[in-house]
Amino acid sequence: MATLINVPAKARRGDIIEIRTLTSHIMETGFRHTMAGALVPRDIITSFICRYNGTEVFRADLFPAIAANPYLSFFTIAKESGKFEFEWIGDNGYSSTASASITVE
Amino acid sequence: MSSWRAIAAALLFAALPALAGEIPPDARRSGYTFMGPDTRAMQDDDTSNPGMLFVLDGEALWSTKAGSAEKACADCHGDARSSMKGVAARYPALDKLLARPITLDQRINLCRANHQQATALTYESRDLLALSAFVAHQSRGIAITAGDDPDLKPFVAQGRDLFMQREGQLNLACSNCHDDNFDKRLAGAPITQAQPTGYPLYRLEWQTLGSLERRLRSCMTGVRAQAYEYGSPELVALELYLMSRARGLKMETPAVRP
Repeated sequence: MATLINVPAKARRGDIIEIRTLTSHIMETGFRHTMAGALVPRDIITSFICRYNGTEVFRADLFPAIAANPYLSFFTIAKESGKFEFEWIGDNGYSSTASASITVE
Repeated sequence: MSSWRAIAAALLFAALPALAGEIPPDARRSGYTFMGPDTRAMQDDDTSNPGMLFVLDGEALWSTKAGSAEKACADCHGDARSSMKGVAARYPALDKLLARPITLDQRINLCRANHQQATALTYESRDLLALSAFVAHQSRGIAITAGDDPDLKPFVAQGRDLFMQREGQLNLACSNCHDDNFDKRLAGAPITQAQPTGYPLYRLEWQTLGSLERRLRSCMTGVRAQAYEYGSPELVALELYLMSRARGLKMETPAVRP
């Protein structure tokens, strides 16, 4: 699935940096019905995890009221050069990952 | 001072009937200018614009082989960044063989049928929206010139007639809102000039990307008229008229609208 990640390419040690993520997902609530009256089964992302060089720095639980293509923005402190890894987990065994690197001076 | 204001106001009101009707070229504004700062910021930043997710999907589809001809778009058209630059700003365009204007979506499907020997993508399907968003994205910042072809004149006129014609149980024409009453509000939402600068665009209400035809059809449902079918000559003519009406405005695909 298409994913858009915004992590600053460079930061100074100790800087507070903003990370923004956007991922494709229909986020079907499970409350809607088809024209024929059948319930459309729930299909949402249920959790999001961000790891900074292997250490979890941010986690979020997502619920049916969250809009399609969830956008998440959060902050962390730039400690060392390395990699941010992102993981989205959802219904029906959904799993998607992405990563971005940062250089800390 | 107050008498001057009264005179100015009187002049303004006197000028109003003259303003109603078609919008002069220098007063044409993209729907972007009617949005709040949050929605503008969402459109301006490519990592927060959800339409860009579809552009990314379209980019992948561009170089994916399809159909029994085993050809990808890129096999004929090469790098879209140069070959597709400015193309969407000229659509709907005349198809010489069909002797009528066709939309970008229809062009993509014609290409699939004739050159890829692939099945047509259904209107508003994710793949078709992604491909047309990717193609139209290559024209971002380019001024719209659709409808300049003299052979398109009768179709632009047809679209203009449809735009001016009252329809539906509410008996409203497109022009009643979008020419005569833009900048006012309808149920709390701003009425725009209906300049189709950013299609296919991401509409927050839809929670997905949608085509101009989807937008037109939902407006028709709004005035309780029977909406034309996707790809119908009437919708294409309307689309062509709207694009020619937006002449000179810059493409924004993928735009974000509330």
